[in-house]
Amino acid sequence: MLLFLLQLVAVIHSCRPFEKRWHKEEIMGNDEGHQRSGGKGFTRRQFLTSAGAGALGVAVSGHLGKEDEASAAVLKSGETHKIELLVNGKKYHLLVEPRWSLLYVLREELGFTATKEGCGSGECGACTVLIDNIPRYACMTLAVEAEGVGITTLEGLMNGEELGPVQQAFVEHDAFQCGYCTPGQIMGAEGLLRKKSDPTSEQIRQGMSGNLCRCGAYHHIVGAVKRAAELKRGGAA
Amino acid sequence: MKESDKDIYYLRGIPVPETPPQGKDPAPWKKTETVGGRLPRVDAYERVSGTAIYPSDVRLPRMLHAAILRCPHPHAKVTKVNTTAVEGMPGVRAVISGSTADSDFEWPYSKEIKAKIFDPLCRFEGEEVAAVAAETIHQAWDAVRSIPAAYEILPFICDETKSLDATSHQIHRGGNMVKTDRYSRGDVERGLAEADVVLEETYHTACELHTPLELHGCVASWDGDRLTIWESTQGVYAIQTRVAEILGLPLSKVRVIGHYMGGGFGSKLQPGKYTIIAAVLAKKTGRPVRLFLTREETFLAVGNRPPATMRLRAGVKKNGMLTALDFSCIATGGAYPAGGTNLVDWLVKDLYLCPHVRSETRDVYINAGPARPFRAPGHPQGAWALEQMMDALARKIGMDPLDMRIKNVPSFSQGREGSLPYTTTGLRECLIEGAKAFGWDAAEKRSPAPEYKSGGRGHIRRGTGMAAGLWFAGGGNPPSTAVVKLFSDGSVNLNMGASDIGTGTKSVMSMIVSEELGVKPGMIQIEHADTGTTQYATPSGGSKTVPSDGPAVRAASVSVKQQLLAYAAADLKTVEAELTLRGDEVVSTINPQMKIKIRDVQGLKKRGVIVGVGYRGHNPAGKVVNPFAAQFCEVEVNMKTGQVKILRFLGCHDSGRVMNRLTYDNQVFGGIVMGIGLAATEERIFDRQQTGRVMNRNWHDYKIPTMLDVPEEMTSLPLDRPDDDANTIGAKGLGEPVTIPTAAAVANAVFDACGVRITETPITPLRLSVALEKGERAVAQ
Repeated sequence: MLLFLLQLVAVIHSCRPFEKRWHKEEIMGNDEGHQRSGGKGFTRRQFLTSAGAGALGVAVSGHLGKEDEASAAVLKSGETHKIELLVNGKKYHLLVEPRWSLLYVLREELGFTATKEGCGSGECGACTVLIDNIPRYACMTLAVEAEGVGITTLEGLMNGEELGPVQQAFVEHDAFQCGYCTPGQIMGAEGLLRKKSDPTSEQIRQGMSGNLCRCGAYHHIVGAVKRAAELKRGGAA
Repeated sequence: MKESDKDIYYLRGIPVPETPPQGKDPAPWKKTETVGGRLPRVDAYERVSGTAIYPSDVRLPRMLHAAILRCPHPHAKVTKVNTTAVEGMPGVRAVISGSTADSDFEWPYSKEIKAKIFDPLCRFEGEEVAAVAAETIHQAWDAVRSIPAAYEILPFICDETKSLDATSHQIHRGGNMVKTDRYSRGDVERGLAEADVVLEETYHTACELHTPLELHGCVASWDGDRLTIWESTQGVYAIQTRVAEILGLPLSKVRVIGHYMGGGFGSKLQPGKYTIIAAVLAKKTGRPVRLFLTREETFLAVGNRPPATMRLRAGVKKNGMLTALDFSCIATGGAYPAGGTNLVDWLVKDLYLCPHVRSETRDVYINAGPARPFRAPGHPQGAWALEQMMDALARKIGMDPLDMRIKNVPSFSQGREGSLPYTTTGLRECLIEGAKAFGWDAAEKRSPAPEYKSGGRGHIRRGTGMAAGLWFAGGGNPPSTAVVKLFSDGSVNLNMGASDIGTGTKSVMSMIVSEELGVKPGMIQIEHADTGTTQYATPSGGSKTVPSDGPAVRAASVSVKQQLLAYAAADLKTVEAELTLRGDEVVSTINPQMKIKIRDVQGLKKRGVIVGVGYRGHNPAGKVVNPFAAQFCEVEVNMKTGQVKILRFLGCHDSGRVMNRLTYDNQVFGGIVMGIGLAATEERIFDRQQTGRVMNRNWHDYKIPTMLDVPEEMTSLPLDRPDDDANTIGAKGLGEPVTIPTAAAVANAVFDACGVRITETPITPLRLSVALEKGERAVAQ
């Protein structure tokens, strides 16, 4: 068990630089276009490279169940830890397996099914949630990593039955088709706008490039994010 | 419906009933109030708030989770599967395989070729070997990964051009040829002899994967002998039919629900083996079972756009008139019959005036996942060849490629027997109007088709390109039935079987009801995509949902209106012919003082509801209803890196009447984005030498366009010409034509920029820089 926890700490630790990178100003503020390479900016590739640490965590813990039963580090399938998550401002006390992703716990344990699973491995962004206001892939975050931070899901942007400004803008601009990537897109946009209240088109394109839309509604999404910025700044409804 | 029409891919394998004739069709709309406007989707709230319950969101009490063990080899005999070994693992409730009882079902790939659900001979990587249902999805996967299984590995084929080699093993008894289709009109050799210029080129389009955002899968639940399935699908009735057939159940015992679905693009027109597996596991355990594939599985086992190798020889006169098109193609739908060459040659046969045309297409087997229809099957591949050839011919005779296309616009369908006329063809206008709005002339002057020269004008070069297309179907067909129910307060319920796959079907149908009954779209409740409660509809595919189901919805609304006016006439002591519906009132056209609120109409009050039933009438006899398209783009090529940046795109489309401008534009942009994927990023790659396995089975390695890969400047320019001859709403299909010309337009623009023609998709920086280097060497010599 101790060994496992150490591994877990290592996994969490390895995620940290990635988290810091998110906090840097330039992540949304790169004006050099997509042909830029190197530099201090934040690209989708870097994001994925660093996000990979979470996947390792899942793989390690998933594998442990099949190791020699006598080993002290072995966890059995179904063995759980007590954690406390703060989702949309509410506390939830949960028993989770260490290998469960935040996405799994949000959807399966808590019923926040707005957060979608498109790949489960950090490719598409359908599961994007805000962690302390920063967009994160919930599939690449272990639930046990998510203790002590503020998690916001799509449901958390609602005011009762009323849509939030980003959601409203997505409706007005028809910024989706099938709607499956949409919760992730909206959370990505929300995170972007919390960081930068008036992003340029290029900043929107950079900031939203980690969210895939197979229907190809990107053009309308850019328009919607601009409109959302307006609405958030108290612009005409 | 003609027998030949029933063979179209989105109806294949399912019975196609007739709907009764509507009787008198309503006259075409002269002007519209709601239809044609910009209406935010009527289900937008559900989709942006998260209250939409997609099939993958369905959670039932006592529900189990299932996972599938798949063959890791492209061709292998399953020699051992020990299901009992994992039955005792934590949480495991059922394990099934080819040798367990109650799981022996046949999966029909075609009338002749069937496989078992768990077939002992796996012909592609990812074939189903066993499945587990467990309390959690993690436990299901723990068990799947622990199942002792052994395989006898057989030789594999992953290159369609080598499938017919004498040394290749046979994937099916009877050889690797699925079928050869031949077509001929006129005399191609004569046509080529008459030409001033003849060009010949080989083109290749890579295999493209659908990868919709929602994973393929379902939830299956039994109540005694009644099965309910929540499936992520484009057509609930198609699923119901297939599942009932395979499990041997009456249709009334199979209910399929698919209210929302997260994208399909053709890959969800039919159930998967997973649907049957979920049903079998649910039966075995007596509990609901949820079975959704992983992303990786969807790269292997739920369809693709068949890769095609195409040879095209074409002749043209100096005046720009085509004289001959000689097309041959080898393509593959994978390891089972799956339409590998389906419609690949259609544009060659039909898009441009040409007296002498020959086509031979060969569909062959390889050891790869079976294809499924993919957004305009065959057409983007055919356009990749034909539209690049048109560009090359035009340049060779010194003519603007736009002008050459305009010269060859046909008014009738040459590819069909009897040379039937189109109800409307906007091809010429798409070309002319699109070019005007794009600024084609100015752009052409700016980049005067440079033959490749070493050095020259800097390493960033601009070019413009265009391509055109038409879509084989898109006119819609019967059957379709819709029911509209007017409540006593004037609000409405609409009942239809069609799925809204993200194209905005529900919104368009609401606009139609609103147009006829004046009720606000927001006051319409929609019940759809449920075989238990809604009307029959064919699956949403073929760009035919609006033109198929729209007229039925209009007819149902008109029927409600007629009944309402009859009731009101009784109240007002007049005749219904003198009455009209205005807002929430029935008003006399002769005496405007004579009126009654809908909610006060006695007949409606008494009954509670008025029910109108509408059917889809027949298409006009002896005519063809097709949508047309022209797209234009400007690119920037980095001569040093081979990178292509697409700067802007314009799509000019003739899809008849524009029903909802907002969702219309969204479709156009989405089709272009998907076409950019075909042009620039997407390609299934095999480990050809060693294992024959798919090397890129996730979105990291198989790239679909992100927001950074598509141009910021995109324009949708609809022709918006109602096709009153086609159907009672005047609309033609849109979802597929919008992706047909895109990739070819990009390739033509790349040529325009750098003088190098890339004939194989995708145009990656590597491929382009190699070609540029070759070109440079050629010039240097």
